[in-house]
Amino acid sequence: MTPSGIQGGHGHPDKWKWYDYFTFNVDHKVIGIQYLVTSFLFYLVGGFMAVLMRTELATPDSDFLTPELYNAFLTNHGTIMIFLWIVPAAIGGFGNYLIPLMIGARDMAFPKLNALAFWLNPPAGALLVGSFFVGGGAQSGWTSYPPLSEITANLPQTLWCLAIIMVGSSSILGSVNFLVTIWKMRVPSMAWDQMPLFCWAMVATSLLALFATPVLAAAMVLLLFDINFGTSFFKPDAGGNVVVYQHLFWFYSHPAVYLMILPIFGIMSEVIPVHARKPIFGYKAIAYSSMAICLVGLFVWVHHMFTSGTAPWMRIFFTISTLIVAVPTGVKIFSWVATLWGGKIRYTTAMLFAVGLLSMFVFGGLSGVTLGAAPFDIHVHDTYYVVGHFHYVLFGGSVFGIYAGIYHWFPKMTGRMLNEPLGKVHFVLTFIGTILTFTPMHSLGMQGMPRRVAMYDPQFTSLNQLVTVGSYILAVSVIPFYINVIWSWMAGQKAEPNPWNALTLEWTTDSPPIIENWEVLPVLTHGPYDYGFDPTAEDAEEALVPK
Amino acid sequence: MQGTVDSTPVVVTGHAVAAHEEHQDLRVLGLITFLCSEFLMFAGFFAVFLVFWGSKAEWPPKETEVELLLPAVNTLILVSSSLVINLGTKAIKKNDLAGLRRWFGITAAMGAIFLAGQVYEYMHLGYGLKTNLFSNCFYLLTGFHGLHVFIGLVLILGVLWRSRRADHYSDMTHTGPEMAEIYWHFVDVVWIVLFSLIYLLTLL
Repeated sequence: MTPSGIQGGHGHPDKWKWYDYFTFNVDHKVIGIQYLVTSFLFYLVGGFMAVLMRTELATPDSDFLTPELYNAFLTNHGTIMIFLWIVPAAIGGFGNYLIPLMIGARDMAFPKLNALAFWLNPPAGALLVGSFFVGGGAQSGWTSYPPLSEITANLPQTLWCLAIIMVGSSSILGSVNFLVTIWKMRVPSMAWDQMPLFCWAMVATSLLALFATPVLAAAMVLLLFDINFGTSFFKPDAGGNVVVYQHLFWFYSHPAVYLMILPIFGIMSEVIPVHARKPIFGYKAIAYSSMAICLVGLFVWVHHMFTSGTAPWMRIFFTISTLIVAVPTGVKIFSWVATLWGGKIRYTTAMLFAVGLLSMFVFGGLSGVTLGAAPFDIHVHDTYYVVGHFHYVLFGGSVFGIYAGIYHWFPKMTGRMLNEPLGKVHFVLTFIGTILTFTPMHSLGMQGMPRRVAMYDPQFTSLNQLVTVGSYILAVSVIPFYINVIWSWMAGQKAEPNPWNALTLEWTTDSPPIIENWEVLPVLTHGPYDYGFDPTAEDAEEALVPK
Repeated sequence: MQGTVDSTPVVVTGHAVAAHEEHQDLRVLGLITFLCSEFLMFAGFFAVFLVFWGSKAEWPPKETEVELLLPAVNTLILVSSSLVINLGTKAIKKNDLAGLRRWFGITAAMGAIFLAGQVYEYMHLGYGLKTNLFSNCFYLLTGFHGLHVFIGLVLILGVLWRSRRADHYSDMTHTGPEMAEIYWHFVDVVWIVLFSLIYLLTLL
């Protein structure tokens, strides 16, 4: 891994050509774009599966998809949306693009490792999509619990495990890179508490990925051996234990929830102060609450297993630890609301998505608290209430955050402004679609409709049809977005280096940034969120007047 | 207001350019970070082993008992190889290239003997991967560790290969040997846990 290839001004062209984006390029900005474009393509694949499932669910009978195909869509919709859409977009895309720019570095610590981490993703996606053609796709849900995962569709399930191991390895290699880069490569004048909050969020995210992902890899290896090599780790008839799989799986997959939301929290902490023209409220509270979520988040996984014969003392312990996670999350929510309070808010599309996220995430967070309590969870476990909850946090939270980030940083990434009116159409459609799709699910679940079914009791028909209409609105909502992105990228209005008048370092270079990011590395002259702060003012009173 | 108090503006002092013009070599730190993650993967396997042990009356079952002599000798070889490889990196830090090549060569030989011993043990145990739950765990854990020994061996051989050129490693540039050493220690530590867990504690 000789670093000579990426040193200032040697051995590369002045500007990357379009085909450089299809190669093993080591520039963190190219890799960031590669992650984002790839994940936005898989977003369409996963969304297509969702629309087909909702079409099936428009009627109580199984009349559109075969049951096997429905199960395969259900499994791969979840898997693709998590591992090939939100995780690579939020962590790989924004993380790689923004971190070196935000901390004043010319690249990541290990550029080749970074490129390797990205190039593990497309083959993983190909394995998942390909599994449909060699046995109809994995059938056992994104959790792949044995024994179901060991007795259905063995070959596709094997491919599924390999795909998960590949994206998991990508995630671990990425985390190593993020941690070392943030730790060691900040511009010398930047102390830890002068870092943009997105970097803090990425430290917490990377630590979680580093410690939790290998355990999922272990579970995948055991599952692979059970399916293909005749072992019996998870086969009860031969002395194995299915609950062991659940523990290993959720030790990763609950922190995975935070992998998908912590970078989004980081995006929120950047977008809100810029578009509210105010210093962030409670910098340290937000920074440390990310670390608190990271720490506590490692000890809550059993709340997914309250109905798996879990001992009463474990139910009590994990109920309490789960509810504790709501505290640092609440700290962030209140800090953002306090940042908005009294600000000169600019209703840009980025800001609309950020505020939309606030409202959605509070709702999804509250339903999460109800699910964290074992007595309630036992009643709604495996119902549509759970589906409603996690779509509120993953769509209303993570996806809204990714949209906010795209509208905010698109000018920096491409040198072109996105079209704002079209962006607002996108926002309105997404907002209405989200509420219509995911709110009735809570009601359905409370009434007892189980999740992961293609057929249901006719009494649930009207609410399900409402959900299906909502999902169609969501499907339509991406059309103005993709048109906006493609059109603006090619022919949009040219962007200034700092179109939002933001204070973080990525806005001190050109849009898009030159290769190696700056001619001369920047020097900090102010904190990342000193809006309305005038260093030339006579006294503190005057300096704090928002400009 | 709160935020302004939190993020005090920084006074500009000089230029921060010089420190960043060279891309820093952070590979050792990166490797250690990565190994933290690797260790958690082994921890996952160990946890599975312990759960099964805790829930079975007989562990290991009568027909799949482990033998102790060969693994004990293997343990001695692997643990002492960790000391030998350290002599190698000490040598290169004193610009002694021949010493690096000698000690790394001996380490590689010891690693190869360990792997050969492992294979010999597999062939003479009388049971295979599929025999029962214990043998599942036994072959998976030792095999997975063996894979890591093999990777470590490849790294050491890589260092030896590169050290053919007299100027490749010196007292100033020895990150490669250092990383191979760290990885070899990691493999060693995992083996000590594994040996204690599978071979020693199951005797109790």
